[in-house]
Amino acid sequence: MLPLTPTLFATLFLTGAGYFVAKGKANRLTGRLASLPHQYGLNAALSAILPAFGLMVLWLLADRIAARYEISLFRPENANVFPIAISVVAGLFVGVAINNVKPDYNARTAAERWIRGALITASSIAILTTVGIVFSMLRESFAFFAQYDAAKFFFSTEWSPNFRGDSALGILPLLWGTLYISFIALVFSVPIGLFAAIYLSEYAGPKARAIVKPAIEVLAGIPTIVYGLFALITVGPLLRDAIASPLGLGDSASSVMTAGLVMGIMLIPFVSSLSDDIISAVPQSLRDGSLGLGATKSETIRQVVLPAALPGVVGAILLAASRAIGETMIVVLGAGAAARLSMNPFEAMTTVTVKIVSQLTGDTDFNSPETLVAFALGMTLFVLTLGLNVFALFIVRKYQEQYE
Amino acid sequence: MTDQTQNLGRSLLETDARTRKRNAAEARFKAFGVAAIAVALLALVVLLTSVVYNGASAFKQTYFELDIELPEAKLDKSGTRDLEVMKKVTTIGYAPILTAALEAAIEKAGIETTLDKKAIGGLISKEAAATVRNAVLANPEIVGTTQSFSILAEGRIDGYFKGRVTLESAALDSNTSPEALMLAQALADAGYADTKFNWAFLTAPDASDQRPEAAGLGVAILGSAYMMIVVLVLALPIGVAASVYLEEFAPKNRWTDLIEVNISNLAAVPSIVFGILGLAIFINFAQLNQSSPLVGGLVLTLMTLPTIIISTRAALKAVPPSIRDAALGVGASKMQSVFHHVLPLAAPGILTGTIIGLAQALGETAPLLLIGMVAFVRDYPAAYTPEAGLFGEASTALPVQVFNWTQRADPGFVERASGAIITLLVFLLIMNAIAIYLRRRFERRW
Amino acid sequence: MNDMRLMERAVDMNETKIAAKGVQVYYGATHAIKDVSIDVPARTVTAFIGPSGCGKSTFLRCLNRMNDTIDICRVEGDIRLDGEDIYDKRVDPVQLRAKVGMVFQKPNPFPKSIYDNVAYGPRIHGLAKSKADLDEIVERALRRGAIWDEVKDRLHAPGTGLSGGQQQRLCIARAVATEPEVLLMDEPCSALDPIATAQVEELIDELRAQYSVVIVTHSMQQAARVSQKTAFFHLGHLVEFGETGQIFTNPRDPRTESYISGRIG
Repeated sequence: MLPLTPTLFATLFLTGAGYFVAKGKANRLTGRLASLPHQYGLNAALSAILPAFGLMVLWLLADRIAARYEISLFRPENANVFPIAISVVAGLFVGVAINNVKPDYNARTAAERWIRGALITASSIAILTTVGIVFSMLRESFAFFAQYDAAKFFFSTEWSPNFRGDSALGILPLLWGTLYISFIALVFSVPIGLFAAIYLSEYAGPKARAIVKPAIEVLAGIPTIVYGLFALITVGPLLRDAIASPLGLGDSASSVMTAGLVMGIMLIPFVSSLSDDIISAVPQSLRDGSLGLGATKSETIRQVVLPAALPGVVGAILLAASRAIGETMIVVLGAGAAARLSMNPFEAMTTVTVKIVSQLTGDTDFNSPETLVAFALGMTLFVLTLGLNVFALFIVRKYQEQYE
Repeated sequence: MTDQTQNLGRSLLETDARTRKRNAAEARFKAFGVAAIAVALLALVVLLTSVVYNGASAFKQTYFELDIELPEAKLDKSGTRDLEVMKKVTTIGYAPILTAALEAAIEKAGIETTLDKKAIGGLISKEAAATVRNAVLANPEIVGTTQSFSILAEGRIDGYFKGRVTLESAALDSNTSPEALMLAQALADAGYADTKFNWAFLTAPDASDQRPEAAGLGVAILGSAYMMIVVLVLALPIGVAASVYLEEFAPKNRWTDLIEVNISNLAAVPSIVFGILGLAIFINFAQLNQSSPLVGGLVLTLMTLPTIIISTRAALKAVPPSIRDAALGVGASKMQSVFHHVLPLAAPGILTGTIIGLAQALGETAPLLLIGMVAFVRDYPAAYTPEAGLFGEASTALPVQVFNWTQRADPGFVERASGAIITLLVFLLIMNAIAIYLRRRFERRW
Repeated sequence: MNDMRLMERAVDMNETKIAAKGVQVYYGATHAIKDVSIDVPARTVTAFIGPSGCGKSTFLRCLNRMNDTIDICRVEGDIRLDGEDIYDKRVDPVQLRAKVGMVFQKPNPFPKSIYDNVAYGPRIHGLAKSKADLDEIVERALRRGAIWDEVKDRLHAPGTGLSGGQQQRLCIARAVATEPEVLLMDEPCSALDPIATAQVEELIDELRAQYSVVIVTHSMQQAARVSQKTAFFHLGHLVEFGETGQIFTNPRDPRTESYISGRIG
């Protein structure tokens, strides 16, 4: 590990020193200055801290990559090069900035150039994150497919990992569980969310809306672990004792129905707030037109407002579906761990996310296919949800443009 | 002409059959809406009730109030009060002393019991011996005297006083017996057992599988707090910088478009994918410590950034252009107009969005599982150590602790998990209340 | 049969279609319409004119109870359609609006086909017994809306694809399709260009043969061109109501005169 702490302190010292030295020098200058004294200071400070941080990050990356290939330049005994080199670079930049403290030098624009660079870097982190996600998953997925047949992974209906080797790692039963649970969650949440949104935007008075809307949104603020626990200790046993056992459909508290139902509750506010936005975007003139012809409110909603809002609502449902597919804690605690291809919703089944968690949290050899499969599962999940999101956002945006 | 006469001459005062039917459909439709809202609110109420019902008892705990004789012969044979010597007496050596104290109390209260010594000792938590041992090691002078202690009762005895364990269920349980419960009841009647507010639940570290009565959230709360610091320190400046660039400076080009699309997509990437990213990049590649709040904080930062960026941009958008024009008009640079005028005006909105992002991060579980925060940690993590670096010591987090407890066999942990959820929800409630307060207090309408 | 109808029409000319007495409208605390009484005659175009914010549109929306859809709006007084109080508890606004149709300021075709736009009213009110019946109603309405020839080959194209003037005539055809007795028009030409305006005005004149038309307009020239009766509103009051010619050439109230001559408004 590189000596980060001393490097940080050295950088901060140079930053502070640069500010005060440059500002002091500017104060002593006579004549009309192109910038205010503190702007000279700011320029010097930024000249120290920004290149130093940039270099630190680059060096850390290089160090890690070098460590992988055991390159000698970065051996531990050379670790002291790190703080020294960075201090020297930062010092050089500060020196230039202090040297530049002259009446005709515009320190403000120089400082603003540094700031602009920092802003651009910050905004690029979103792209770096995506690159990081794709890169990390692709790398390990390739490692997995080098050890395990891709066709078997995508088309086999058997999932039985065996940590002594010779595992069957077919994704289909996991996908089935994921889609089945998401389907039940949507069947439950879409009508409720949609009707709640319709009622709130078209019927409810301002007082009722002021109370009900935040109350429903509370559901959205509750962490998924809470829903998971709810599924585990309340909904699961209740469904088993009240429905599954008496009807002879199964005797497991964890089931597709348990996870689907609880996930449905989680999605209600998601569907309702998105639908609310979309329904509100339908122009009032359409409602007036319909009411003016003698249509009732419900006829107006069903035959004019909803058809007009349909693309947006479809987009909202797709976003909800993407969220259901990627949800983890509810299924970890509510769905079960057995990979199974079955139609019975009261049986325990498992999902892609559950298996990512279970394959990566055991004490296993990181380079075995049983562990690496988690990355292939993650990649599949990422592609699936990304596809849904992009498509849904595209639809929603198209829809919103229509009424702008 | 038939159609035309249909409307003519019909009085408005009487509702025709078709309109009645249509109005019935209207009423049905409206009822669906009310029913949908009722279901949603009912779900909320049932969810919260279930958690509170199962978890409220975690905040109370049953203790035995005992006068414990601390015999020198057993605890400090050398009589030197030398800590190194005294440390050699393990908790196993302390257990009989506790049992003896409880027996003495039973005798003093005149309670008849058929239980043997081992079963009587079983009423006391295995954690209690450690409590007394720590007290002795902290203050060796008390050896040889009799001290009064509050010591933890065993989980099932505690469960009995909370109504979770009954005489019937105890009869089927190999870990306890109806006689033990009756004895505990008699001791409580005689004033030797008491149920008190459980501060230890919020401060103590986790405990092993057999000791749900001793398990606490101390380490988890500390770990979560460390992570929130990391998220706040990283996500707020980066998020604000990115938003300022995108909202105020970015030219309309492909790169900007790419960033925009990326941010909106990252906001919808499943959280577990960020866990995979953290495992692959921060732990495997960058070799940061597994289970450390630093890695957890970094992962949560990346997850929270889109939320903060989206709300910050909304706050910046809400500042009217006239403010910018005014600043530019008196000769400020674009940068100055943004940092001196626009940002301060947008600050309340940015803060509100940040708090909401933090609240989201606080409740997030899935990615933390993958970076090893499920580990069993009993030592309070230090914020900085030279070996582990900043926030580098193994820790756990509030929501992960909940998950951890759900995986334990002892039913006492169900209560603990629900109690931890209540704690988590209280934290979230406070954060959201602050956000709402800020919004109300500083909300400006232009 | 024909004679009967002619006689009816002769009587109609003097018949009052809508009689309003002492109408007050409040928006929350604002008193928007102050004690307005007016008799709207049948088979006539009646124009409501006045400066913006004078309450003419608000009053128009009282005549088919469109104000019911606004929570904070409260209407007092007595409005009768053919002698029946339209604010009576027993009156269903849905039935009322079938009799008193409305055309709005901005053309608002539904995002459906031209055919479905026109068929919407007849469908919800159950006016057609068969598909052929409905086809006939749609054609007749489009003809009356003076737009049939322009759209007859693309009845199943979306109504939103038409030009502004065509959209407004489509909306008029849509309102006519439910066979109303009164047609309320809220500045129907304000969003249209002069040529489209001329077409719609011509259409309004034709509609007078079968319907009582009430038109709100901000253009005095338009009121003069299309209406037989004109009512001048100012600050929530009905200042003057009379024959259009008389209002424009010989107003009795000084406020009307100021408005006509362009001093207020």
